[in-house]
Amino acid sequence: MATLDIKDLHVTVDTEDGTKEILKGVDLTIKDGETHAIMGPNGSGKSTLAYSIAGHPKYTVTGGSVTLDGADVLEMSVDERARAGLFLAMQYPVEVPGVSVANFLRTAKTAIDGEAPKLRTWVKDVNGAMEKLSMDPSFSQRSVNEGFSGGEKKRHEIMQLELLDPKVAILDETDSGLDIDALKIVSEGVNRFKQNSDKGVLLITHYTRILRYITPDFVHVFVDGRMAEQGGPELAEELESTGYDKYVSAARA
Amino acid sequence: MTDTPVGDAVETVESGTIRSHLNPPPSYDLADHPVPVGTEEVWRFTPLKRLRGLLDGEPSEARLTQENSVPAGIEVSHITAEQAREIGEVPPSERPAALAVSLAGGATLVDVPAEAEIDEPMVVDLSGDSVDTRVWGHTVYRIGNHAKVTVVVRHTGSATYCSTTSFLVGDGADVTILSLQDWADDAVHLGRDAIRVGRDAKVKHTSISFGGDLVRMHANVEYDGPGGEAELLGLYFADAGQHLEHRLFADHTAPRTKSRVTYKGALQGQGAHTVWIGNVLIRKVAEGIDTYEENRNLVLTEGCQADSVPNLEIETGDIEGAGHASATARFDDEQLFYLRSRGVSEKEAQRLVVHGFFNDLIRRVGIPSIEDRLLETVEAELARNVLKES
Ligand SMILES: Nc1ncnc2c1ncn2[C@@H]1O[C@H](COP(=O)(O)OP(=O)(O)OP(=O)(O)O)[C@@H](O)[C@H]1O
Ligand SMILES: [Mg+2]
Repeated sequence: MATLDIKDLHVTVDTEDGTKEILKGVDLTIKDGETHAIMGPNGSGKSTLAYSIAGHPKYTVTGGSVTLDGADVLEMSVDERARAGLFLAMQYPVEVPGVSVANFLRTAKTAIDGEAPKLRTWVKDVNGAMEKLSMDPSFSQRSVNEGFSGGEKKRHEIMQLELLDPKVAILDETDSGLDIDALKIVSEGVNRFKQNSDKGVLLITHYTRILRYITPDFVHVFVDGRMAEQGGPELAEELESTGYDKYVSAARA
Repeated sequence: MTDTPVGDAVETVESGTIRSHLNPPPSYDLADHPVPVGTEEVWRFTPLKRLRGLLDGEPSEARLTQENSVPAGIEVSHITAEQAREIGEVPPSERPAALAVSLAGGATLVDVPAEAEIDEPMVVDLSGDSVDTRVWGHTVYRIGNHAKVTVVVRHTGSATYCSTTSFLVGDGADVTILSLQDWADDAVHLGRDAIRVGRDAKVKHTSISFGGDLVRMHANVEYDGPGGEAELLGLYFADAGQHLEHRLFADHTAPRTKSRVTYKGALQGQGAHTVWIGNVLIRKVAEGIDTYEENRNLVLTEGCQADSVPNLEIETGDIEGAGHASATARFDDEQLFYLRSRGVSEKEAQRLVVHGFFNDLIRRVGIPSIEDRLLETVEAELARNVLKES
């Protein structure tokens, strides 16, 4: 089982003009096998939520709790969170010059599993994952994300998702910058991951496009650092036609 | 990071006889190279007190233990200092080299005949067993026209060592040199590799410094004719208390010559100090040359100092390309976060980043038979220092 439980989460960042509160009490529970979509305007704090769950040092949690199957996530270091079963596919994956994709994946897999993967099956798994995501085998010898196109970076994120096989995946705008073919390829990767039992998915997006390929169980509207509305897949369709105005003005009021 | 185009470089007005002010005229006369007091431009970064009196110039008969692996076709012999001079070695331009030449009791001459193509590297293993042993070293490599050869010199153990080596590279020759300073923690080493590049010849020189209390290495190139190319690479890792200094000099003495300098260093621990001086002189005659020098430092902890000084002096207006870059950075938090978010521990993530930082340079050393061993040495150095889980 895998349950990610976020309660009344408050997060600040330090800016040049002092401390700024970005998350203002977020509540969200992702249970076994559930897919939640979060939609919201630019700057509403979606990435902040994703990074805070993953433990990025830039963000300070000032209140609330995050637990994974009851374990206190906020107490864990960044790498402990990953080893506990959290995965964040980043909106802007980071380049690591001189470190090959192959080396990076093997190191990460070894860290997550606590032992080195069996060489034969591992090579097969990596090649298989690359093939399914239509990535050229030459990628494994390239430096992590260096010179990758936007779409290649996103596919590389989903490849890691499939190989590292976490309990809960947070996908921060994995769909942005993808053409329709790449969007399908990436969505299929996420769906393969979801098919394994008990996986939770938190999908952050601006567009309903990806929700045609990855069906959410719940859709949340995120405005000004907290959830403004919750519904089923039909809420996404409604947002597509009406936008966030209604929620933004409500939040201002 | 600063990328300085030609326009911003220090330009000297005079021509012909003018010397780069950072590289005094060569002389065998010790009187021309007084004992430094530390304020001299060329000595100001070096902690003279830690030289164990080496620059006093006390004679010594002691030698490093030497194991040579000499491929067939290469001749090794002993010559007098006088003969080394006659052969046309690159004369000393600083006190340490002048001392080594006068006190080493003659030189080792390594002869590679013209047109010899030697695939197997010549490996010279030098080791010492005590810093109390003072050693002077003097070597001349004479590489014939169109010869192809690889030379690896490895320094290990403890010593107080001062050496000068000339590489006289014939026309059209192709030479790859690696000098590895893998000393024990207490060693002191002042070394100079001086390379004269023949017409259309190609030289790649790599200096790798890990060990030693104080290591100060020169890599100098000059050109004997047009069309010569030199690639000078370097990699260093300074731990707490270590002083590692690399001084480069590309003296463009002939037209259409090329120099490429890339040095990368990492520093860690209280008092780790590295110095990189990249001097490039483009003489009046050196029209159509192309030079680029680059130094990058990665500072891993507090309490380290990386000095990086590029100098470009230009006496001709007709240049193909000239530039330099120098950058000193700390660990990139975003890189570390990315790696750690994949389950990799903090130390392991740091090790990966440093490995990546050095990796491209190691791939460029160009000695396939020792590349793996080199990578192992680097990995071992990283494991010893960066991988210490706290
Ligand atoms: N380091 C920082 N310094 C100052 N402001 C910051 C910092 N990090 C985040 N913010 C601010 O916090 C707010 C939320 O940013 P966040 O990236 O979480 O938004 P988002 O919902 O993901 O937006 P987008 O849809 O554009 O990706 C923004 O107003 C942003 O400018
Ligand atoms: Mg965002």
